[in-house]
Amino acid sequence: MINNISLTINGLDVKAPEGATILEAAQTAGIYIPTLCYCPGLTSEATCRICLVKIEKKKKLHPACRTPVEEGMAVTTDDAEIERVRRVTLELILSDHDFNCLLCPKSGTCRLQELVNRIGFDERRLNRLNRVAKDLPVDTSNPFFDFNPNKCIHCGICVRTCREIVGVNAIDMGYRGYELKVSTFGDKPLKESVCVSCGECVERCPVAALIPKKMEYPTREVKTTCAYCGVGCGLYMGVRGKNIVKARGDCENPVNQGELCVRGRFGYKFIHSPDRLSSPLVRAYDPLERIAHGIDETSRPGKPLAAPLVKREGKFVEVNWDQAIKYVASTLLHYKGDQFAAISSAKCTNEENYLFQKFVRTVMGTNNIDHCARL
Amino acid sequence: MTATDAKVALRRIKSFEDLERFKETIIAQEGPDATYVTICGVPGCGVSGSHKIYEAFVAEMKAQEEEKNIIVKRTGCQGFCEKGPIVTIRPQDIFYHSVTAGDVPEIVEKTLLNNEIVDRLLYEDPQTGKRHAHVKEVPFYEKQVKVVLRNCGKIDPANIGDYIKVDGYRAAATVLTQWRPEEVIDCIKESGLRGRGGAGFPTGLKWESSRNAPGEEKYIICNGDEGDPGAFMDRSVMEGDPHSVLEGMIIAGYAVGARKGIIYVRAEYPLAVRHLSTAIAQATDLGLLGRNIMGSDFDFEIEIVKGAGAFVCGESTALVMSIEGKRGFPKPLPRPNTSIVGLWGMPTVLNNVETFACVPAIILQGAAWFSGIGTEKSKGTKVFALSGNVKNTGLVEVPMGTTLREIIFDIGGGIRGDRKFKAVQTGGPSGGCIPESLLDLPVDYESLAKVGSIMGSGGMLVMDESTCMVNMARYFLDFAQNESCGQCTLCKLGTKQMFEILQDITRGEGRPDDIEILLELAEAVKAGSICGLGQTVPNPVISTIRYFREEYEEHIHEKRCRALVCRSLISYRINEYKCKACMLCLKACPVDAIIGAKWQVHEIDQSKCIKCGACMEVCPPKFSAVECVSGLTTGD
Amino acid sequence: MPETRLKKILSVFEGKRGGLVSILQRVQEEFGYLPEDALAEIADFLRLPASEVFSVATFYAHFYLTRRGDHLVRVCQGTACYVRGARDILETAQHRLGIKTGQTTKDYKYSLERVACVGSCAMAPVAMIDDDVHAKMTPLKMNELLAKNKEKGSEGGLP
Repeated sequence: MINNISLTINGLDVKAPEGATILEAAQTAGIYIPTLCYCPGLTSEATCRICLVKIEKKKKLHPACRTPVEEGMAVTTDDAEIERVRRVTLELILSDHDFNCLLCPKSGTCRLQELVNRIGFDERRLNRLNRVAKDLPVDTSNPFFDFNPNKCIHCGICVRTCREIVGVNAIDMGYRGYELKVSTFGDKPLKESVCVSCGECVERCPVAALIPKKMEYPTREVKTTCAYCGVGCGLYMGVRGKNIVKARGDCENPVNQGELCVRGRFGYKFIHSPDRLSSPLVRAYDPLERIAHGIDETSRPGKPLAAPLVKREGKFVEVNWDQAIKYVASTLLHYKGDQFAAISSAKCTNEENYLFQKFVRTVMGTNNIDHCARL
Repeated sequence: MTATDAKVALRRIKSFEDLERFKETIIAQEGPDATYVTICGVPGCGVSGSHKIYEAFVAEMKAQEEEKNIIVKRTGCQGFCEKGPIVTIRPQDIFYHSVTAGDVPEIVEKTLLNNEIVDRLLYEDPQTGKRHAHVKEVPFYEKQVKVVLRNCGKIDPANIGDYIKVDGYRAAATVLTQWRPEEVIDCIKESGLRGRGGAGFPTGLKWESSRNAPGEEKYIICNGDEGDPGAFMDRSVMEGDPHSVLEGMIIAGYAVGARKGIIYVRAEYPLAVRHLSTAIAQATDLGLLGRNIMGSDFDFEIEIVKGAGAFVCGESTALVMSIEGKRGFPKPLPRPNTSIVGLWGMPTVLNNVETFACVPAIILQGAAWFSGIGTEKSKGTKVFALSGNVKNTGLVEVPMGTTLREIIFDIGGGIRGDRKFKAVQTGGPSGGCIPESLLDLPVDYESLAKVGSIMGSGGMLVMDESTCMVNMARYFLDFAQNESCGQCTLCKLGTKQMFEILQDITRGEGRPDDIEILLELAEAVKAGSICGLGQTVPNPVISTIRYFREEYEEHIHEKRCRALVCRSLISYRINEYKCKACMLCLKACPVDAIIGAKWQVHEIDQSKCIKCGACMEVCPPKFSAVECVSGLTTGD
Repeated sequence: MPETRLKKILSVFEGKRGGLVSILQRVQEEFGYLPEDALAEIADFLRLPASEVFSVATFYAHFYLTRRGDHLVRVCQGTACYVRGARDILETAQHRLGIKTGQTTKDYKYSLERVACVGSCAMAPVAMIDDDVHAKMTPLKMNELLAKNKEKGSEGGLP
């Protein structure tokens, strides 16, 4: 993109490409404009009124997040009047926000907190505006995250995310005026809605209105690929001590561009699950049952296995990898061609799946191979 | 359906000449010697029984079996609602008010048959005591100039023949058969007509930009979502003269190149919806709407869309959203003008009912005539809905630039009960309160803006000394916070907080710096809100503080409400020297808060008193022992 | 039964653009309120997200999501009515019906609403029972009206 539009922001000469917003131009030039309801990648609705700036020769204040740059435009992002409006706006949001930062899991990464530090407030006024907080019920129905309307600042980022990025439209702005509320169809708990729990809205919520059930901050992040399916979304696993405590999409990854689904984002708890398998299991049958199933006990090459496996009711028994592979190989010997079919897993890598189909076609001699494209 | 209706419904009007012939036919049918009895038939008068009067007239006429050619019509609002129901007899222009069905035989007998006047039904000027027999002599009508309301109250709105008889659709016929669209726009531009919805944008320019904007389809929208409480001029026009709105829209459609018109009407106006629907059906039957109107190659149709109860939908972008079936969330700046990107993304002319009603008159009488009325920047007339504590409530149409004093005192007859004037509120919740010192202000867009109010759609609420200005501001902010769409922070939370603070003040819980905080909030909401609603609803707060600051201070510092309105700040007391211990108040008190007995002077137990004022009402005026006080120590 | 009634309404809007608000108005006319199933079906019909239909239905003051009373009592709280004592009229109605504004009596006979303005400002204060406008109201008149209405079922009014 060519920076072909020249404008001034706070007296500084700035160049920006056509179609860029004042906010984008300012950010490129390193000029800070506070924002709240703005979220890159989503349409700007300019509802929070925090990023209002002055444009020379225009009577009204314009939202920087939405106003495109124009040749020769002279923008002021900060003066006494803007400051006044911004402070009142912020104080109003605070007055309607259940703020108890010390106990809030979002503390430290909260955008509202950041704005308070950047913009400041008039204590006298804020005290006056502070009234009995709304006490709306918190929606804890979703297994992965909670929605606390008392913390919601109605920026609409979640609604736009669900509409523009996910396309599920589980939520929208319901009611109006002071009663305005992010709501599902029929204002029911999220679990009863069409929400797919992808958590894209949770990721983008600037405050703690949409918040994971258990929120821990990682001490470091590991870049990896999601193991759940073949899409291959890039993600960062947040690690704290020896545990993974968070997953977030890798914005640089061309596959998912930062987005994740419910499995990638919230489905990491299995990693540390005590129920997780740590060695292969073989289903063991009673010798009599084997005969009934037509398995010839004597012809089994994996005979050494037999002894410990003899158990009733087909329970799983732990074996080591060598034993497991031998068992599989010996069993496969009995089948050839279209007697045989194979299904591969989406959790395998491309390379593994390639090898598997090669094996099925050349060794087993059949095209009966499929793949669970989903989990 | 009247006889004329049935006859004319058969023919379609295909040319200018057809229209002329149509008009002549109607005049011939009704006869040149006809006497018309017009009865106001809209809800205002309807509740006072106008339909019974109509029926009485019809029955009486039948009974009389007279040969005299008398035609009884139910019309739209005749303006003087205070004195409704109104009966006017033309061509003599005899004006009877507060008529009941019982008066009808006398009117028929005396006035209609014998040309005598029924004195007791005439309007009596309370100042001079003189009775006026004719419409023009009544002070309420004397200073009015009727352009928008030219037909209201004269014609039967449900009969297109009536409208055509008063040169209806002649402007449309002229334009469609003889003018180029550009000429229409030039004429409107020259006339200086500005949008009557409130903001006052020049109508001609709006039309021109829509005409020049690219778009396969273009739309004309008539904004009949008259949401300002206290405003009812659009309702009266839609109910009383629906065809002039349709005609204005047809002309606009031709000028802009639109083929579709939409009238967005408040659902609270069922009669307006009914009359407009009838009018559209009649005009379509006659070929005045539809394909090839009056033989030209111009097609135009009109549809009615009912509002669903959102004040913010009076805002242009929200109105368009609403018609598109969405929430009425106004679009934030920067946004293209509705005249360029409007309904379905197409160029859309959005004008108010009154604006469209002006158009046919301008075309017929010329731009120069219209621009000759009014002031330098505000041309023509404006209709106001005069209400509140004024003697003559009703609809008033005056030239722009008429002073508030003329409207309130000369036309409105001054303050009810001859109390003292305190303020006048114009522009509804978006307007401001104007004090007595500014009564000589000429009413036009610029002057009103200068004193912190707006023209708005034309509500004019008169308040006397019994109105508490803080409570008034509280009232408007309550309205505003209920009607805020909630989209933007400043309007949603700002109006809520201003309302809460005002509520505190009226409850005697105001704090010393509340006035400053209110002003700071108001200025921020004004400067930062997305739409016209948020940008103007602080006006009642700002203007009342500006002109009536001392009332705020009394509420906050002295806990006193001088108008004795704010219940938390008043108390009722019995003057022990005046009390005759008659037991009346004691019996009237609903909560037994009055202590006393026969021969024992009464006293009010303040802890029990709910301040309903019943005791004061029943205390005989010759005693006047119950007093309402404020600002003193209230509790015992 | 209700499904066919709904389908009938929807069929009128087949192929029309932007009918959501009009459809909701028609459906409410038919059912007296907007049942949730109907909202879901309307969303399907218009191929709109159900959440959006819900958001539109809750935005406009005229739409109700729960069953309403047989008679709608509306007390105007417009400016002109307000300065002439509309607050007392509303309080009387609340007291008489034993419900708050926006509520419906237990027997589903009455719903009480405040309205911003009915445009009869010159006759303030006004109240409406169903479609009948009652002018120059007083608390006493309100009481009488409601008592009368209860007996007769409905009140005569405008033609």
